[in-house]
Amino acid sequence: MKKEFRLMKGNEALAEAAIRAGCDAYFGYPITPQSEVLEYLSGEAAKRTGMVVLQAESEIASINMVYGAAGTGKRVMTSSSSPGMSLMQEGISYIACGELPCLLVNVQRGGPGLGTIQPGQADYLQAVKGGGHGDYKVITLAPSTVQEMVDFVGEGFELAYKYRNPVLILTDGALGQMMEKVLLPELRPRKTEFEPWGSTGKTPDRERNVIYTLSLQPDVMEQWNQRLQAKYRIIEENETRCELIDCEDADYILVAYGLVARICQKAAHIARDKGIKVGVFRPITVYPYPYAELNKIADKVKGFMTVEMNAGQMLEDVRLAVNGKKPIEFYGRQGGMIPSPEDIFHKLEEKIIGELV
Amino acid sequence: MTEEIIIAGFGGQGVLSMGQILCYGGVIEDKEVTFMPSYGPEMRGGTANCIAIVSDEKISSPILTKFDTVIALNQPSLDKFEHTLKPGGLLIYEASTIINPPKRTDIDILPIEASNEAAKMKNIKIMNMIVLGAVLKKKPIISLESAILALQKVLPERYHHLIPLNKEAIEKGMELAEKASVTA
Repeated sequence: MKKEFRLMKGNEALAEAAIRAGCDAYFGYPITPQSEVLEYLSGEAAKRTGMVVLQAESEIASINMVYGAAGTGKRVMTSSSSPGMSLMQEGISYIACGELPCLLVNVQRGGPGLGTIQPGQADYLQAVKGGGHGDYKVITLAPSTVQEMVDFVGEGFELAYKYRNPVLILTDGALGQMMEKVLLPELRPRKTEFEPWGSTGKTPDRERNVIYTLSLQPDVMEQWNQRLQAKYRIIEENETRCELIDCEDADYILVAYGLVARICQKAAHIARDKGIKVGVFRPITVYPYPYAELNKIADKVKGFMTVEMNAGQMLEDVRLAVNGKKPIEFYGRQGGMIPSPEDIFHKLEEKIIGELV
Repeated sequence: MTEEIIIAGFGGQGVLSMGQILCYGGVIEDKEVTFMPSYGPEMRGGTANCIAIVSDEKISSPILTKFDTVIALNQPSLDKFEHTLKPGGLLIYEASTIINPPKRTDIDILPIEASNEAAKMKNIKIMNMIVLGAVLKKKPIISLESAILALQKVLPERYHHLIPLNKEAIEKGMELAEKASVTA
């Protein structure tokens, strides 16, 4: 059978992928530029699979509904954009502590404050270094195409259940709004089996499953933390993903994630047309971060430039990875502005190549 | 082949649907496509624009500053995007309403009186399809057949009875472009 490609908007493709991933429930609250997720699901999902789609009274309510529903072992998700995501951080900390699986989506816009409705990447540190209180980690996937917006929904749920941990798709307003060719997965049935840990009512053959995040005994709470940390080390060992584009012979490397990684590819083409060998390093998971892979490249190249739609957040991870081996420069736009391929090439010439020849 | 196009005009002129038809046509022809609309405040009652990329290869940046084809449906759009055309590129503009024509001499310029023609065809809304026809005549980015199939995908079903009229408009645009190139 010939595979059917469709032209879909990032947010709608993600919503369709959620239905097809057998998602049991979505709880959300509208905010530009991700409102199409809730809109799309409201129209189609309940009829097609019986999935629960609920517009909560706020983002705080949404994430706590996710917390409750995830506690039953069901496949649940929410999505929002930057200011809404900030409101959810307390709930995410509880979900991570309770070791519950769920899928979160942040279609980032420019900040801080209410900021702008145009795309941004300034929630990077919030996503990968914590966001809420306490020592916890959220597995964070950064799509760069509409197809990846689809693929990471299914993969995100897999990872969430594999590690009983929240998974975040960290994308931006441009990817949410743009349309590209997508191949959708087959419809997967909704989850009917119960998880042995799920809080679904006591049956005579087992003890009660209680999900809680509080311990007043510090030694117990420390052990709990150690268990979480051990899990994060396993995740770091096994789930790190990145894409290397034309890096084999490159003298200079642009490091970027998501949409910006694609703009950097065009900048690298411009450079190569002028005889300058430039490659692109794209982290696909931003937690866990591909430190080792980036460190390895540092041996072979002259320098790096990190490009982001923020003031230099992932830059901190690039510095940790490169560990002083080679110079690293930064170019960023903020407030909803998107760097162009030409801007990136000129900055690379000015900041790195100019310095090193 | 990679064709990088910007389409710009007032909201309501069918700027976004033109871009979507080009991209859906590309999907039908197994090409790679990216459609990037402006979704900011300008879309909410002012100028609208979109970038459409149709390529045989994987598409890198959806954000562009230079284009192979510029389609301008009003004066502010022409003024804003004329300089973004690559040398040798194609500039098509809606000539019934644009008073100050483009000034560059290093590009291929095609004025199309699409609004006047659409009025003659008794439906001003098909103006964009006349322009699309002219584009496809000058640059066969997608075939006429693919454009018609794409219309079925892009138009909501309640408008499907208008597809024959849209097809006629595309053909009208093709005819106008052909005439223009003969006289030029």
